[in-house]
Amino acid sequence: MQLTLEFGGGLELLCNSVKIHNVSIDPENGVGKLIMKDLLSWVRANLIKERPEMFMKGDTVRPGVLVLVNDCDWELSGQLDTTLEEKDVVVFISTLHGG
Amino acid sequence: MASTTGESSRILHEIETLKSAKFDLERRISALESQLHNLNQPHNNGVSNASSTSPSTFPHGLSPDMIYRYSRHLLLPSFGVQGQLRLSKSSVLVVGAGGLGSPALLYLAASGVGRLGIVDHDVVELNNMHRQIIHTEAYIGRSKVESAAATCRSINSTVQIVEHKEALRTSNALEIFSKYDIIVDATDNAPSRYMISDCCVVLGKPLVSGAALGLEGQLTVYNYNGGPCYRCLFPTPPPTTACQRCADSGVLGVVPGIIGCLQALEAIKIASAVGDPLSGRMLLFDALAARIRIVKIRGRSVQCEVCGENSEFKAAQFQEFDYEKFTQSPLSTSPLKLKLLEPNSRISAREYRDRLHSNESHVLVDVRPEHHFKIVSLPNSLNIPLASLDGRLEEVVSALKEEEHKHKQKSKSSSNGDVELYVVCRRGNDSQRAVKYLQENGYPSAKDIIGGLEGWAQEVDPTFPSY
Repeated sequence: MQLTLEFGGGLELLCNSVKIHNVSIDPENGVGKLIMKDLLSWVRANLIKERPEMFMKGDTVRPGVLVLVNDCDWELSGQLDTTLEEKDVVVFISTLHGG
Repeated sequence: MASTTGESSRILHEIETLKSAKFDLERRISALESQLHNLNQPHNNGVSNASSTSPSTFPHGLSPDMIYRYSRHLLLPSFGVQGQLRLSKSSVLVVGAGGLGSPALLYLAASGVGRLGIVDHDVVELNNMHRQIIHTEAYIGRSKVESAAATCRSINSTVQIVEHKEALRTSNALEIFSKYDIIVDATDNAPSRYMISDCCVVLGKPLVSGAALGLEGQLTVYNYNGGPCYRCLFPTPPPTTACQRCADSGVLGVVPGIIGCLQALEAIKIASAVGDPLSGRMLLFDALAARIRIVKIRGRSVQCEVCGENSEFKAAQFQEFDYEKFTQSPLSTSPLKLKLLEPNSRISAREYRDRLHSNESHVLVDVRPEHHFKIVSLPNSLNIPLASLDGRLEEVVSALKEEEHKHKQKSKSSSNGDVELYVVCRRGNDSQRAVKYLQENGYPSAKDIIGGLEGWAQEVDPTFPSY
């Protein structure tokens, strides 16, 4: 499954300062279905190069990180259970406090 | 030569005297203008120098001066007289007169909101000037609120500018906020953002929230038209390590400028009841990629501890709430002062200078990131950023060996060959972390320089640049 993953608000620093990652992920067990929970483990294992605790806490993203699936807050699509589809764009963005 | 020096110091002195006189005059003009405006207020909405043949105000309430000043607003069919009138009857509070607050205040004053409040406790500094464009050099060292208020009055003397020269706290926030229709969050830290949002929920005020750091910005409107509050989106505060500050991570001046302008725009839209405010949506700005993305965010959460259905969070709870404890970070932006090492593992900048002067054999490791090291560094220091110290320990080993070798050649006599190992950083926090690591990895006598390069500039060399 082809996905575009984007990191912003400083999270890109955890993946060698690369913001946009075009990736191909095969759903495990051949079920043919990939959900956000699976994607998070995949990202943690394959893209996060340092300080994984700055990306995840438990089995979800750490507080202060917004997750957007096709420009829409993942709270509206089922959070960890959101089903991903071909060519989806998933954005992970850390909230900023500066001014 | 001596006479030239005397002449330039005389000129400098005269410039200082004149600047001070100019500052006093500007303050007096600004105060008088505001006084005059308040005197005119009960009679009509404008400065009445209209000719006797026309009324000082028209049935819609705009004076001839207002019609002329805001003519380009009035010419907009979707804004018009109605929009301008609503704006002139509204009041907006901007919390923070920094990078976001500067452009927000400039546009809000220029556009003609009725009353404009400014909250800040800070003073203008030289390293603010690249982004905090409301302030001028003449105000360096003076209150940001006074400076911002003077600029706003000089742009539009018909707007009532209210100065709140104090830090926002749970003890004063309710009273200050209650005097305004719309709140603009232009602050720079997590506890302030939670406090401002909660106060807006308690008082039922819309909140225009902006943030900027590095080359990115974010903007949304909270607590408005069924949209979420800050806590609906971020019920749990982020770890303190995720809260970067402009003073540490840097910020391109124009980035908060853009977000601050958009904050003014959203406040104007809400005040004049024009357009679709950015509620339930968030704008994400990426300056490097030249991209603005607007995303849909969740609505008000029924479970929200502050704005949710069963919330017990009212004024009393707000005043009791400890935002610094909640977010584990201070409301003031003073930098962290870590105490990780025993006193005998640290030396002051002065002590380091003395050891340098006595030609003590040593290696100085600077653990700041490489781009910091490029700004300025101490001579003969070795740059190994803290993050890569683990993998580059070999470089420390060889530097120590080299130094030992040099030392033995110089003093062939009775040398014990001990080479000291010192660590420096910007402020003396990372250097402690590095020394702790070095002590645990075979260098028990490693020491850090207290206060880092800032300490060096303060205690030893005042010409050493700060940043």
